[in-house]
Amino acid sequence: MHPAPFAYKAAHSVEEALQLLRSHEDAKILAGGHSLIPALKLRLTQPALLIDISKISSLRGIRRENGKLIIGSGTTHREIEKSHLVAEASPLLASVAPQIGDVQVRHRGTFGGSLAHADPAGDWPAAALAVDAELVIAGAHGTRTVHASEFFTGMLTTVIQPDEILTEIKVPGEGTPGIYLKHRNAASGYATVGVAVTATHDHGRIGTVTIGVTGATPVAFRASVVEHALNGHAVSAHLLDEAASHAADGLECLSDIHAPAAYRSQLVKVMVRRALGKLLHA
Amino acid sequence: MAVASPTRAFGASIRRREDPRLITGRGKFTDDMHLANAATAMFVRSPHGHARIVSIDTSAAAAHPGVLGVYTFEDVKGFISGMPCAWPTTNTGDTLKLATYPPLADGKVRYFGEAVALVVAVDPNTAADAVELVTVEYDPLPAVINNEAAVAPGAPLIHDSAPGNQAFRWSLVGGDTNGALAHADVRISQTLVNQRLIATPLETRCAVADYNPASGEVTVWVTSQNPHIHRLLIALSTGIPEHKIRVIAGDVGGGFGAKIPYYAGEALCIFASKELGVPVRWSESRSENYVATAHGRDHIQHIEVGATKEGKITALKVTAYASLGAYPSTAAPGVPTWLFGCIIQGPYDIPNNEVHVIGVYTNTTPTDAYRGAGRPEATYILERVIDLVAAKVGRDPVDVRRLNFVKKDQFPFKVANGTLTYDSGDYELTLGKALHTIGYTDLRAWQAEQRAAGKLVGIGVSSYVEVCGLGPSSAANAMGFAGGLYDSATIRVHPTGKVTVFTGVHSHGQGHETSFAQIVARDLGVMVDDVDVIHGDTDKVQHGMGTYGSRSAPVGGGALRMAGMKIRAKAQKIAAHLLEVAEEDIEWVDDAFRVKGSPDKSKTIPDCAFAAYMAGNLPAGVTPVLEEQHWYDPENFVFPFGTHICVVEVDRETGETHIKRYVAVDDCGEIINPMLRDGQVHGGIAQGIAQALWEEAVYDENGQLLSGSLMDYAIPKASVMPHLELGHTVTPSPHNPLGVKGIGEAGTIASTPAVVNAVMDALSPLGIHHIDMPLRPAKVWAAIDAASH
Ligand SMILES: Cc1cc2nc3c(=O)[nH]c(=O)nc-3n(C[C@H](O)[C@H](O)[C@H](O)COP(=O)(O)OP(=O)(O)OC[C@H]3O[C@@H](n4cnc5c(N)ncnc54)[C@H](O)[C@@H]3O)c2cc1C
Repeated sequence: MHPAPFAYKAAHSVEEALQLLRSHEDAKILAGGHSLIPALKLRLTQPALLIDISKISSLRGIRRENGKLIIGSGTTHREIEKSHLVAEASPLLASVAPQIGDVQVRHRGTFGGSLAHADPAGDWPAAALAVDAELVIAGAHGTRTVHASEFFTGMLTTVIQPDEILTEIKVPGEGTPGIYLKHRNAASGYATVGVAVTATHDHGRIGTVTIGVTGATPVAFRASVVEHALNGHAVSAHLLDEAASHAADGLECLSDIHAPAAYRSQLVKVMVRRALGKLLHA
Repeated sequence: MAVASPTRAFGASIRRREDPRLITGRGKFTDDMHLANAATAMFVRSPHGHARIVSIDTSAAAAHPGVLGVYTFEDVKGFISGMPCAWPTTNTGDTLKLATYPPLADGKVRYFGEAVALVVAVDPNTAADAVELVTVEYDPLPAVINNEAAVAPGAPLIHDSAPGNQAFRWSLVGGDTNGALAHADVRISQTLVNQRLIATPLETRCAVADYNPASGEVTVWVTSQNPHIHRLLIALSTGIPEHKIRVIAGDVGGGFGAKIPYYAGEALCIFASKELGVPVRWSESRSENYVATAHGRDHIQHIEVGATKEGKITALKVTAYASLGAYPSTAAPGVPTWLFGCIIQGPYDIPNNEVHVIGVYTNTTPTDAYRGAGRPEATYILERVIDLVAAKVGRDPVDVRRLNFVKKDQFPFKVANGTLTYDSGDYELTLGKALHTIGYTDLRAWQAEQRAAGKLVGIGVSSYVEVCGLGPSSAANAMGFAGGLYDSATIRVHPTGKVTVFTGVHSHGQGHETSFAQIVARDLGVMVDDVDVIHGDTDKVQHGMGTYGSRSAPVGGGALRMAGMKIRAKAQKIAAHLLEVAEEDIEWVDDAFRVKGSPDKSKTIPDCAFAAYMAGNLPAGVTPVLEEQHWYDPENFVFPFGTHICVVEVDRETGETHIKRYVAVDDCGEIINPMLRDGQVHGGIAQGIAQALWEEAVYDENGQLLSGSLMDYAIPKASVMPHLELGHTVTPSPHNPLGVKGIGEAGTIASTPAVVNAVMDALSPLGIHHIDMPLRPAKVWAAIDAASH
């Protein structure tokens, strides 16, 4: 397991990193390295230059501004897991973080790296969709903001261009109840299916439900059909059963030696139902 | 924990003395051997399961800066042309078709990952770059993976020398199975698949070879469970004189059977070192380990059972298709035959039984021993069969076990096929203790309630006997094993009374540096900390057969005990002389020779050792120095046994299995160190549960290994292990010098069927009686889904 030769540069500011990206043909950003380094070792990717952004302090940290949580792309999973602010402002994110990998992985892997990598079995994409995260991307001409629903474009691909860097992620910070349920692949610990759900309810009536699903398909998605069937209705076990039973309608699920497509679609339905049950107590 | 007194050394839970070294990074594993100027070897491996090699172009790699040599089969065959098989066995009229196992592919590749070329370079990065520069042109051939498909007419032929891909047919017959089947009240037919597994020791394989052209001597550091066997096989296969070869297997990070075989990687490091005049090192990556190191299990078994309407089994007939993989590995033919077939009736008195094994070649990594080796495959059959019979006759599976057990007064018990005589046992005792611990009666009542509430909960019982302590050399020879299975011990008492012990068995996680010191400390009346245990170096240990088949404590430990008694016998003469009394007038009490009637007058072994080295005041006929050696060849195998019980809940909607409780009661005879015993049981159960629920080497139809890394091959993690409730009983082996029976494999053997039986019990209300392992959630859910439609 030896990567092909590459050059390495540590950037100390976003500007410097962007500059390096622009001036090198075949460069790649290195964040926590927990997806990139295994790919390098397998020689699946052979960039000429790695630009390490893990030393850029402005990319790291969690703060609240105008009711929103703002999380630097270089913030580690572990920092999110341990953050009181996240626990208070976004129970869903707080529920996801401790379910990623193991403690060692969470100490290195980053929120932004995981989103940028867009692994179909990654955990964060489901949550980013469910909280309708806004992703701030810096490039040559300043920054642009993209909604999670438009961010993921395919398996391992996003709207981030080769000369751009994901800098921060904004998520609603009003503490909406949320939960992440994960069916782990027994070998890798990644999500066979992961279901991220937020829900509000008041006096027996559902306010808004959002559901992000990862693992089932090449790209994480929002289960909008289920959301629509629930929003504004009175909570009942029957309603949740009925709505969740459509969670996998029309899905073209992934299939592998661990989980054939039929099993993944079963998991989507069951896990959506269970997450709703936990949040809506029915 | 220090033990205050030698007399309490044996049987104490002393902490592993090797751990301070290992957990502070001061161990010396093969990969830690950094010799000056050492070059790095790496292999070009086949991307195909089966293909003809059209051409190999090594020129670009050879021209790459820093590359010292690139070699193919043609280059190395003069040094080594084939990997030897040490267990070339068959027992039917059919001759054994032992295909040649070339060190590098010879004209054809027969499994995914087979080594095609060897690259040696100044460092690992250069070697890895050069591997990419070797161009191999292949002409892909159809592959065959399934054991039965391999011997079906028209299957792709893997070796010209083995028509129909059959390596051998092997049979054992006891009683009249067909007759008993014909007269049975109930009959059951069942096919079981015992899936292919990958051993996954934490340390992958590794070798460092240093050939000295001036002396003709070679030192090889290697990840081996049996360094002397490696030395012998290196000598036989390369022609390097045995006395010029030193094999060192120092710290070894787990083996589980996969480090028994002698592989091409080690041999070719020697070749390259000799060729290039520098030391050569090679270290597997995990992905490489998954294709290049022997796999285990891989049987398809067809079973016919006959029983009375009470559930007494009268006949058992097994036909097993066992895969050797693409080539015959070192011990491979013996594993699915003798190690499997002899014990086919397990702890049960089944008067009529037959086992037929068809050994086949498939386009897969060669197989060899994997923890339990043959005995888990047999135990799994029996324990599934007992539950299937119980379901058929409508009785509790515990009652059916009791009905069929060999009874306490039947020992020594000769099995129907005549191959084994069980030394001692009390199967009822471990079963009873396990049932009591788990509260079986209440548990069945609880299950009924849970079932009424719609839950899928199950209770699985598994009783086993295993054949361990391999073994009497006469038996090994009779079974076609090309070696004896005795072992050696040398005890050197130094002038100061400190002790160094040399053992021919090998520790790669078992903790011999602790347990063997405990054995010797008791026998010599010295402190455990004053005894050091040396193993794993052919220049230090005279000879030995290494560790596998739970043989270390029974055979290596037996040898130690006998050597200890020789020390005592010599020391007794010296003690009597020093005490100026007749030898008959002293006796060994606790930790010293004491004059009968006046125990204050005493001499310890260190006292005697000092006198033995001073040598001026020794009794007539007693030679100087206190050192003894013993070669112990056991008169029989040893037969540990036990019962495990597992309680599960299966999630009806997701097919996930949750283990609620796990009780294991094992009887390994005398216990040297309870903590080490528990550790062996814990690890064994983890691996056995993993076979039941998670682990499986999966190939696609072209022979690609789909579970080729830890991302896809599910070894057990601490986080998914249940709490284990362990118990034991002690039924000493009557013939072993220590009364021990071996505990290394018990957990693996017993736990797999306990878990599967529990899951099947949980699913039985749905009419599901068998699902093949591993019981992955997707598979279990699919069965539940199919049953409810
Ligand atoms: C043993 C193990 C277990 C794991 N288990 C899980 C799990 O259970 N669930 C899970 O979701 N993940 C898991 N992971 C993955 C882990 O969460 C990774 O950290 C994550 O997927 C990638 O984040 P990273 O910071 O390591 O990114 P890197 O590996 O450094 O980069 C990944 C990719 O994203 C790009 N990139 C990184 N940061 C940016 C940025 N700011 N802007 C633009 N591009 C960027 C890189 O160029 C690269 O292509 C596991 C990893 C390991 C090694």
